[in-house]
Amino acid sequence: MSVRTLKIDDKDVAVEAGTSIMDAAKEAGVPIPKLCHLEGLTPVGACRMCLVEIEGLNKLLPACVTEVSEGMVIHTQTPKLQEYRRMNVELIFAEGNHVCSICVANGNCELQDVAIEVGMDHSRFPYRFPDRGVDLSHPLFGIDHNRCILCTRCVRVCDEVEGAHVWDVAQRGAACYIVSGLNQPWGEVDACTSCGKCVDACPTGAIFKQGSTTGEKQADADTLEFLYTAREKHQWTR
Amino acid sequence: MDKIRFATVWLAGCSGCHMSFLDLDEFLIDLAELVDVVYSPVGCDLKDYPEAVDVCLVEGAVANEDNLELIYQVRRNTKLLISFGDCAVTANVPAMRNMLRNSAEGVLKRGYLELADANAQLPNAPGIVPELIDRVTPVHEVVPVDIFMPGCPPSADRIRATIEPLLHGQQPEMAGREMIKFG
Repeated sequence: MSVRTLKIDDKDVAVEAGTSIMDAAKEAGVPIPKLCHLEGLTPVGACRMCLVEIEGLNKLLPACVTEVSEGMVIHTQTPKLQEYRRMNVELIFAEGNHVCSICVANGNCELQDVAIEVGMDHSRFPYRFPDRGVDLSHPLFGIDHNRCILCTRCVRVCDEVEGAHVWDVAQRGAACYIVSGLNQPWGEVDACTSCGKCVDACPTGAIFKQGSTTGEKQADADTLEFLYTAREKHQWTR
Repeated sequence: MDKIRFATVWLAGCSGCHMSFLDLDEFLIDLAELVDVVYSPVGCDLKDYPEAVDVCLVEGAVANEDNLELIYQVRRNTKLLISFGDCAVTANVPAMRNMLRNSAEGVLKRGYLELADANAQLPNAPGIVPELIDRVTPVHEVVPVDIFMPGCPPSADRIRATIEPLLHGQQPEMAGREMIKFG
């Protein structure tokens, strides 16, 4: 095993070669904001919340998909990064239709959490109010595309953990949306095992259990722990 | 020292933020000692927004011609304008009609023609019912806002933590879950 030594926010860190900056920062006890990253799933760098500054590089890189290298000097909390992260969260809010007050995830939402973390008290960008749909064809679950931030955690958990690959991303740019099966209603997709892993993985209220209203929604941190244990230790215990 | 001239206004919102304001309970008595309530749907009978207001809480989004006229007047006559609650800060539920083609015509047709059971017709009462504007917007898209107080509604504690420092000439710190969580 070869070791790489680096500095994250003035802390010396030594990690195995091939480790991501995100994991190295975790090892060093340096918190980095994230939305699309979920331990146990392949990182994709979709949300850009974990951008960090690396000395000697003039562009910002996402910590989740960037490997450490020898002698790296990394900064995670510069004023520039803080401003960009806040702008990023504002853009995510402005892009979809995020009406917290009527959402099943209100109070248990990772998007709300990062908004608080970056100090967002309002969006400086005008809201787009896109025309997006809701699919309630599945007997147990629903997907509200208005609340989707395209983190692709559902796509990855279904493919990599459940092995069913029900979800994918259709279209490009601002027109992107999550599709089930071959762009079919979710309830008609034979591959879906109704395991609910996508519901568990969703950071917002986009994928939800039917019948879960704002008032009924409970924080369920055990579920993520279950996913992690299942992937890392191959123990499928609830 | 003169008393602080304090106002609250109600645009396109459900009045829940004003109800939460009334939840301040006994603090309202302390507040009444320190401020003159010069305009408010819950604290004053005056019908015209006055001049030289020091602090104004604005509930609601901007959704019709009346809202527009009032918010311009509020900004002109107010030193410190606070966006009070999610409708003012994000446009929230009132703005869900923007998803219908971003037009007043779109929502009126949907509500009064397509979904009508009988006697489908568009409402028309010029000078009595204010005209809808095409796009419902948060307050800060129309006029500059000084302080943002999200929440649907903001709790009485959050309202107090926001206005209490202002009464003593200090700025509140709008940060952390207690002060800026939406919803």
